[in-house]
This record gives sequence, structure tokens and C-alpha cells, in this order.
Amino acid sequence: MQSALIACPECDLLQRPTALAEHTVARCSRCFALLYQPLDDDLDRPLAFTLAACILFVISNAFPIVGLEVQGQTTSATLFGTAQALAMQNMKLLSALVFFTTILVPAVQLSAMVYLLVPLRAGRVPRRLPLAVRVLQAIRPWGMIEVFILGLLVSLVKLGAMARVVPGIGLWSFGALLFAIAAAVASFDARVIWSRYDPSLPGTDDQNRSRSSHAAAPAP
Amino acid sequence: MRPHDLTAADAGLLSCLTCGLLSQPAGDDESNACPRCGTHLHMRKPGSLLKSWTFLVTAMILYLPANLLPIMETDQLLYGSHSDTIMSGIVSLWKAGSWLLAIIVFVASIVVPLLKMLSLLTILIAVHRGVSVHCYDLAKLYRLLEIVGRWSMLDIFVVAILVTLVQLQFVAAVTPGKGAAAFGAVVVLSMLATMSFDPRLIWDSAAHKKLHG
Repeated sequence: MQSALIACPECDLLQRPTALAEHTVARCSRCFALLYQPLDDDLDRPLAFTLAACILFVISNAFPIVGLEVQGQTTSATLFGTAQALAMQNMKLLSALVFFTTILVPAVQLSAMVYLLVPLRAGRVPRRLPLAVRVLQAIRPWGMIEVFILGLLVSLVKLGAMARVVPGIGLWSFGALLFAIAAAVASFDARVIWSRYDPSLPGTDDQNRSRSSHAAAPAP
Repeated sequence: MRPHDLTAADAGLLSCLTCGLLSQPAGDDESNACPRCGTHLHMRKPGSLLKSWTFLVTAMILYLPANLLPIMETDQLLYGSHSDTIMSGIVSLWKAGSWLLAIIVFVASIVVPLLKMLSLLTILIAVHRGVSVHCYDLAKLYRLLEIVGRWSMLDIFVVAILVTLVQLQFVAAVTPGKGAAAFGAVVVLSMLATMSFDPRLIWDSAAHKKLHG
């Protein structure tokens, strides 16, 4: 009985999951929070995006993102160099914050995804699976690549008046990385992971595999 | 609220925020782990209101130096040195003709942090006083806060990039100001305040008010 119910993570209302039609999602009948999407068993797509993101991440960090040319002098900025420059100006905490949100969090995100997806794709369940999922959930709001890119745009406009701006290889790969990470995270449904982790336990969403009626109904 | 709204807590069940499984509590509130994924389970996030208040009030205090102190200082050979606060940076973008960017920075650095802190304040006060009719709106507001908060980091990244790039001997140099550190702290603290709040408390508070008036 209890296994058939789910609780809304944002308002705790008990509801009975029903099967979903394609391209629909189930939302809480009281607070409209997203409850679940149709179960997508495909691990190839998230894995492909994750591996692409890993390659782009390495390129983005290895090459300068942008350079500046004024009266024969040139300077350039790498991702790590940006965090480093703040540290050298005695802004250690701010430097740590930039390093954390643009390098460390994406790196941990990608490592956790590889750790989960590669073995699962091969039919094995990684030993620390719950920990990896918890880490992914906890750090997700702290990855700020897209904000950094907007910051880059603002800086370049500010500098455009006084100097020649030279876009680096890192800039293009960093832009692509933004989309690869977003696609990897979006195509990755944690419920698939739980259904493979311990299918013997109740509540692992077998009821969503048949596709008929719509949204979630409130529990009696 | 409809009369038949039954929550997991009402039914004495713990719901796991990591894997979504519902389970019966084994003992007292402190010793429960999710039978599927091992996450520590609590009926509600522990100390949610206290943590949220603490982070929020600290963020609000730091909001003043964040806006009043310079976020960066520019030394230019021809124009001398001048310092920029967040607002003066926006004004100079506007004057340079980049209206769209000026508006984006204004929204990300001034509007978002301010609205975010005021919204969370409204939600926290409402939960303490007992929510009556606006649960759905408050829940929607909270969901919005979770999404927009991170964009306030924009100005921090702008300062970081300018400090890195503009190190041209004899021509120009940019150094970060104390305001940048304060602003970074405001962004982080208000994100922590949002994360420590448990949105289920909004609905609990409404149910409690309905029962006890």
C-alpha cells in the first residue's frame, strides 16, 4: 500500500503515481512541483553528453579563454588564471569561490556522472552509487559556467573600448561545454539509477512503464 | 487547502529527498536512514528556520558594504585612477551605449539579490505567523528563488576577468575592491539561506493554522 504512494518533495503531499503519456510530466496536484517524467531507460545519451563534456572541459582549461592586446602588450586569461589573479590580489576567499564554481564543481559533476554511467551502461552497479547521486544533487546549484560566460561577455564589452580583444580556443570550447553539461544533466534521470540499484525494493517505478492516462492523483 | 490533503508526515512516513522512497521511521528522528539509498532521513530539514534566518540576516547586513564599497579600482595612465561600485559600473556601461548589458547587470546585481532577500524574508515571516491562503504563491516564489539566485555571481566574475586581463604595465591595471568580497559573501549566504529553508514548512504552517486558528 505505502509502496504505491510517493510524497511531493516540496510540499510532502502523498500522491499515487499514474502512468504518463509521452512528452508529459507529472506535477504535484497541490504545489505544482515536478514529480517525475516518463522513465527513459536509455543511458547512451547522458553518457555521450558526459564524455563530450569531459573533453570540452579539458580543452577549456588547457587553453586561454580570451586575450587582450594594447599598444603591443598582450595578456590572456585561462580559467584557472582568473581564480589565481584574485588570489594574488589578496582576495583568497573570492578566488576560492571562482575556482569552486567554475572549475571544481563542473569537474566533480562530470566525474560523478562518469562514475555512475560507465558501469551502469556495462550492466554493473557502482558500489558508491547513493553517495555519487547525493553529491550530484548537492553541488548542482553551485556550478556556474553559464553565469561566468555572461560575465565574460560583459567584461569584453567593457574592454572593447580600450583594447583589442582576442578570443581564445578556450572561449569556444567553454561555450560548448555549457551546453554539453546542461544536456548531460537534463538527459540523466536519477530514477533509472534507482530502479537498477535495487529493483527488489518497492516503489521503483514499474508502474510508470505502461503508458496510458495522465498526471498524478492525490492519495485518498 | 482541500480537506483531504494527507502528507507523508501526517501518515508517519519519511520521504527520502535523494531517491524518493517512502519508509516507516525505525526509531527516533535522528537515527533513520533510507532503506534504499542510506540517506539520513528527517521529517523536515533539521534546524531549517534557524539556519535560514541566520544566513539571511547576515546576507542583508553585508548587502550594505557590498553596494557602498568599491568592487574594483582602475589605474589608467592617461585618465588616472578611479574606483567603481556596482552601481557606478552599471552607469558607465549605460553611458558607453551598452544599454542591454547595463540592464542585464542591473537585474543580476541589484534587483535579483534585493528581491531574493525580501522574498525569503516574506516567506519566513509568513511561516512564523501561519500561512492562510497564499501557500501556492509562496511555493512558486520559493521555486523561483532557487533558480535565479546564482545569476548574482555575474559581477564577481566580471571583476575576476578584468583583474586577470587588465594587467598592462604603464597603461592600465585593475585591482579588486573590498565591495567585491562583501558581494560574493551576499550571493553565497543568500543561496545558503534558500537551500536551508524547507518549502514543506509553508504547507505545514497552513495546515497548523487551519487546525488551531
